Amino acid sequence: MTAPLLSLDGIDTNYGPIRILQGLTLQVSAGELVCLLGGNASGKSTTLKTILGIVKPRNGTVRFDGEDVTNRSTSHRIKKGMAIVPENRRLFAPMTVLENLEMGAYLHNGGKKEDFERVYELFPLLYERRGQLAGTLSGGEQQMVAMGRALMAKPKLLLMDEPSMGLAPILVERSFEIIKQVHESGVAMLIVEQNANVSLSIADRGYVLSTGRLVLEGPAADLREDEDLRKAYLGR
Amino acid sequence: MSDSTPHSSDLSAGGPAVGQDEWVARHDERRLARGPILGPLEQRLRRVPWWAWLVLFVALLALVPAVSGSGYVRRVAFDTVLYMLLALGLNVVVGWGGLLDLGYVAFYGFGAYAYAMLDSDKFGIHLPTLVSIPSVVILGAILGLLLGLPSRRLTGDYLAIVTLFFLQLFQTVTTNGDQAFGHNLTGGPNGILRVDPFHAFGHSLAVQHQGVFAVSYYYVAIAIFAVVFVALWLVNRSRTGRAWRSLREDPLAAEAMGMPVSWLKLLSFSFGAAVAALTGTVFAALNASVFPLTFYFVLLIIVYTMVILGGSGSQPGVVLGALIVSPMLELLRDPAKGRILFYVALLGGALVAFRVSRKLGVIAASTVAFGFAMHAIAGAIDSKWVAGEHGPGVSGAIAHWVVVPAHLARWIPPVAYIGLIGMALVLTLVHSRVRIVLLVPTLYLAAFVWENVMLTNPEPARYIILGLMLIVLMILRPNGLLGERRVEIV
Ligand SMILES: Nc1ncnc2c1ncn2[C@@H]1O[C@H](COP(=O)(O)OP(=O)(O)OP(=O)(O)O)[C@@H](O)[C@H]1O
Ligand SMILES: [Mg+2]
Repeated sequence: MTAPLLSLDGIDTNYGPIRILQGLTLQVSAGELVCLLGGNASGKSTTLKTILGIVKPRNGTVRFDGEDVTNRSTSHRIKKGMAIVPENRRLFAPMTVLENLEMGAYLHNGGKKEDFERVYELFPLLYERRGQLAGTLSGGEQQMVAMGRALMAKPKLLLMDEPSMGLAPILVERSFEIIKQVHESGVAMLIVEQNANVSLSIADRGYVLSTGRLVLEGPAADLREDEDLRKAYLGR
Repeated sequence: MSDSTPHSSDLSAGGPAVGQDEWVARHDERRLARGPILGPLEQRLRRVPWWAWLVLFVALLALVPAVSGSGYVRRVAFDTVLYMLLALGLNVVVGWGGLLDLGYVAFYGFGAYAYAMLDSDKFGIHLPTLVSIPSVVILGAILGLLLGLPSRRLTGDYLAIVTLFFLQLFQTVTTNGDQAFGHNLTGGPNGILRVDPFHAFGHSLAVQHQGVFAVSYYYVAIAIFAVVFVALWLVNRSRTGRAWRSLREDPLAAEAMGMPVSWLKLLSFSFGAAVAALTGTVFAALNASVFPLTFYFVLLIIVYTMVILGGSGSQPGVVLGALIVSPMLELLRDPAKGRILFYVALLGGALVAFRVSRKLGVIAASTVAFGFAMHAIAGAIDSKWVAGEHGPGVSGAIAHWVVVPAHLARWIPPVAYIGLIGMALVLTLVHSRVRIVLLVPTLYLAAFVWENVMLTNPEPARYIILGLMLIVLMILRPNGLLGERRVEIV
């Protein structure tokens, strides 16, 4: 078996004296779609921040695409092929959709024409709205911009923090269709979700995090059958 | 985002209606609704490209010497252009980089001193201007980088303190640099004298023409202003400019996009330093001398006021700020002109705040009545209370309106000042009726302070007025005159 695209090994991450992640070990292979489940404050966003290098782990290593990136900068990791759709989207509100997309490709000279075209093809609406200020878009549209912005960096691994947050159920389904579509184009994904049902239905594998520790992992199909998990997250 | 923003419910037939944002879609409609003249006019004005405005503005600036032959007026105009340059540079640091740089004027001083050292008898070096100006600008940029490096992350308060130290260091070095290791490097408190005028290709640009300010320097300053304005405009429109904007908007998201946050901040810092240094060369060449104290806190406060007043982040805004503040500070030196300015400003402020409305009429009438009443009461109690001398200027009507005692007790000025500032602050807290009722005595107190305290002591008064202007601005337009309104994601 070839080495996974991303592997976390024995990660401990602290915020000051408080330990958030404890001995986290997790892999994402090239082209795989993995979801990370967990309740509020279980450390999901912190995991993504650790992967991206926005916070540095106290112990453990982060390997990405054959390199130990534990001590490398965020921009180095993004150059190597990571991108993130942050929690709450965090668009640049007073800038246009086009400018937001451009900022996503900041490390790639602002993006080539074909990068924009690729994104517009996925989200035709963004093309129509390219001149509109991102802050004036609806929540659903903002989600599209956030995804488009991340895809502008042509990532090998796309990190997504709660893509379904604040979306109407029908929009959740649509955005997961788009996620699937992006995934099928060859992008590996690590998706953080509260919505276990939808995310497990498209994922290959899943991890479950509870107060900073992994409590469960396995193929998505198995997780969906798991009694405990059902009780905890699927609500039935 | 006008006509290319269709309703896009057709995008996903049967799906949810994504993209119907009423507010945005009807933006143009609302604009047109502003009336048959103002609406279309505004639209037409908006379509005028930015460079056309710049050309127009520069042309108007260039006409000043034609309008007035007075050396004084020309000199004030020249200083104003230098202030515009300084404001443009500070805007890069504060408005775009989002950094609090309290040492900004030290870079201005650095530029002036560097030019003075490279072009004077001080060390016997006389570099051609076309060599010395670029060198000074590059040195200024490098100095900015070096100063920014140790405070690598350049976070707010940290940088503010470091730069404050830097300004003090600059003062110390220039003031004591006359005894540096037994050499006289900076001339100490006496500065460097006999600095060369600009000279190139064997010609030299005299600073005086028949004993008055040589207008050629004014044109040089305008040319430099135009070049700097265009250069910064292009920078702001570049990827770097947009990166600055996104950094200001959401530093964490910017970092998550892989932007080199520290480097970008450092870059804005360095840009500002370079512009300030460039301005310093013009200053040194025109004045033919440099002194340490020119580059100190008062100047720092003035330039910051310009940037904040005009709207930090907006290039036309900060230029406007300089255009207002610089001549205003000049006018306030002269009591007669200052008085006109003062009452016009009061009236103008009221007009901006209330438009031409019943409210304004009520306030104006009550203030006038309040004044005559106060004057009559004070005069009835003791005629000495209203026997004070009025200065020159428009004193006729005012003599019967403002109370001006013959002898001002020592305690009155500070109490009146503090009372005025207190009332101004209270005005920011209250609303509607109460505000209007309180406004009348506040206006009257302002006039009292003006006539009794400020006119007799104009130097501090100028800066107190600057402060008051900022308070008024804080109430009316928190983002400055031309500042961008923030768009919030909700
Ligand atoms: N910058 C910080 N400083 C201190 N504590 C933090 C910081 N960021 C997060 N935490 C804490 O770390 C814990 C995990 O936070 P995290 O954002 O990873 O949760 P999460 O699993 O993403 O939760 P949610 O589903 O609510 O987004 C929380 O208790 C949070 O309060
Ligand atoms: Mg989270």
